[in-house]
Amino acid sequence: MAVISYLDAISHALREEMRRDPTVFLMGEDIGVFGGAFKVTRGFIEEFGEERVIDTPISESGFTGAACGAAIMGFRPVVEFQFADFIACAFDQIVNFAAKCYYRWGIPVPVVFRGPSGGGFRGGPYHSQNPEAWFTHVAGLKVVQPSTPYEAKGLLKAAIRDNNPVIYLEHKHLYRRIREEVPDEDFEIPIGVADVKRDGTDLTIVTYGAMVHTCLGVAERLAAEGAEIEVVDLRSLAPLDKDTILASVSKTGKALVVHEAQLTSGIGGEVAAIIVESCWDALDAPVKRIGALDVPIPFSPTLEDAVLPSEGKIEATARELLEY
Amino acid sequence: MSETELIRVLGDDDTSPAPYHPSLDDESLLALYRRMVQTRLFDAEMIRLHRQGRVSIYSSSEGEEALAVAAAMTLSEEDWLFPDYRVSGALFERGVPMEEFLAQLFGTSKDLSKGRQIPTHYGSRQRHIASISSPVGNGIAHAVGFAWAARIKKGPEVVLTFFGDGATSEEGFHTGMNIAGVHKLPVVFVCRNNQYAISVPFNLQTGSDTIAVKAKAYGFDGVRVDGTDALAVHDVVREAVERARKGGGPTLVEGVSYRHGAHSTSDDDTRYRKAAEAEAWRKRDPIDRFGRYLKSRGLWDDARDAALRETLESRIQTAVAEAEAAPPPPLESLFDDVYDDLPWHLREQRQDLTDHLRGLKGRKP
Ligand SMILES: Cc1ncc(C[n+]2csc(CCOP(=O)(O)OP(=O)(O)O)c2C)c(N)n1
Repeated sequence: MAVISYLDAISHALREEMRRDPTVFLMGEDIGVFGGAFKVTRGFIEEFGEERVIDTPISESGFTGAACGAAIMGFRPVVEFQFADFIACAFDQIVNFAAKCYYRWGIPVPVVFRGPSGGGFRGGPYHSQNPEAWFTHVAGLKVVQPSTPYEAKGLLKAAIRDNNPVIYLEHKHLYRRIREEVPDEDFEIPIGVADVKRDGTDLTIVTYGAMVHTCLGVAERLAAEGAEIEVVDLRSLAPLDKDTILASVSKTGKALVVHEAQLTSGIGGEVAAIIVESCWDALDAPVKRIGALDVPIPFSPTLEDAVLPSEGKIEATARELLEY
Repeated sequence: MSETELIRVLGDDDTSPAPYHPSLDDESLLALYRRMVQTRLFDAEMIRLHRQGRVSIYSSSEGEEALAVAAAMTLSEEDWLFPDYRVSGALFERGVPMEEFLAQLFGTSKDLSKGRQIPTHYGSRQRHIASISSPVGNGIAHAVGFAWAARIKKGPEVVLTFFGDGATSEEGFHTGMNIAGVHKLPVVFVCRNNQYAISVPFNLQTGSDTIAVKAKAYGFDGVRVDGTDALAVHDVVREAVERARKGGGPTLVEGVSYRHGAHSTSDDDTRYRKAAEAEAWRKRDPIDRFGRYLKSRGLWDDARDAALRETLESRIQTAVAEAEAAPPPPLESLFDDVYDDLPWHLREQRQDLTDHLRGLKGRKP
């Protein structure tokens, strides 16, 4: 087992899948000689050549549609968006075509759409967004967001092998910051299965992506005061792992849902609804949600810091629920 | 005029061929030169500030100053500019003071976009400059819509929009060009063909030999001009603007150029460009070329050049110091302009933030 970064894990998963399966190929802007804006595909063009590591023109809609076309022919393309924000440029191809092709026609479209998402980088309104909820509302799409290198690798492999279109969101903040041991042998993390990152009995925090680490920090701090918080990492946002969420909340009786994406109409609303509908009797307190303020992400560091969910706010809300 | 012929005014020795009479008078020629030098020095200072961690990202126009400045110079006050992130010279030419652009780069309380946009994404309604939105190419369609509205209102406005060669692959370019062609709209498309879109070379961006040729399919003229030749750029764009103003419809201008520096401060261009190629283009530096022309006409000399640079450097320093001293935008401003009214959920979130800040005040940080 080697210690690798979140970014390495994504890179390794892509490389191993390309070696294993000749139908896997990559498309995106600057992914060839340049190795990608964040260097996920560094060295790929040298190993796999221009036919499998395709530097596309800047036409997200065009190359996304082309990837879908190749998928109909039996390929498994992985499309990189330079920033997850620019998935919006390819919305029609993903939402109207990829998501519905199998239902309309019985032909699967096994494309993975990858993109660096998330704020905290002074990227402003177009290089900071968390677009997962744009897609979880679309039948036919799977949506995942790993929080650790182990998951980044296992989920990407599962996404590539999945017969459905999968949106795979990578949080920029985790790329180089999070490192851990990851098995060298082949493994997959099944899509649709959450992971309990920390056991606890007093409160469940349901979260995913970069916020997993923030919430674990809060749980550690409150543990020093005797509170036992359980942290559930969703990993897969569509489909959600209802069983794991309900098992945890049934045990703790209290739930807080945290995500970096903006609050309104986010994943948190769906998770809260599932909890309220299915384990009302177990609840000892109202279900709470924390997300970014419902404004575009501003560039100014002072403003951005106020928009994204802070550790302080998560801690305060967790305390409030613990004391309820 | 064909879409593949490269229009030039300056000859190989950078003096113009004998029968050429510039459309600009001597004073304007000098103003154009001064503006290009200002742009060069300003951009260089921003790269320095980035290295010092004072500007978070910047995209320099080094090598493309002739395109930005000479093209923008052809516009009248009522006209509108839809820029991209690599035409600081065009902003200055439209009258943007350096302090104002710097306020945007630093994202301070004096920034017209209230600290919301990333550096270089300036915009000003008062100065008829559209605010840049980052998705490459989408501003092209907005420029077309603006021109369409000008037509409907029978207004005098001509719209000029800048974009790179990479942007010509986007929908905004093709749909925008198409609509402009159908309705013969008063818009001038200026493509800065600097040969690369970050690392992707021209031949991987398009299968056609030129950008200019693409206009043909949309029913109007495309012109290819030497983008390092300020006089040629000015003449070509001036003609296009006049045509648009007279109801003659759009023109696509392809300015063939090169960005001397990296794509942005986040880029390392040595990974994908050969040093010799960059060196060859540096020999055709637009400022050097235009300077040699002015000297050959007896309008300029080394002493004046040195004095100009000294004055500009000091003005830039003063502007930076002033702009940097401004505080960040107030937190309460976060909720303004999301909508033109404040819905209940944002009112609640603003109240929460205010309460939170008030709570913090009592405590030690
Ligand atoms: C829709 C979209 N895709 C990708 C990007 C990332 N990006 C920013 S600039 C750029 C290259 C643009 O190249 P070009 O149009 O040739 O202009 P240049 O930077 O060379 O002046 C890319 C890919 C973006 N901003 N928007």
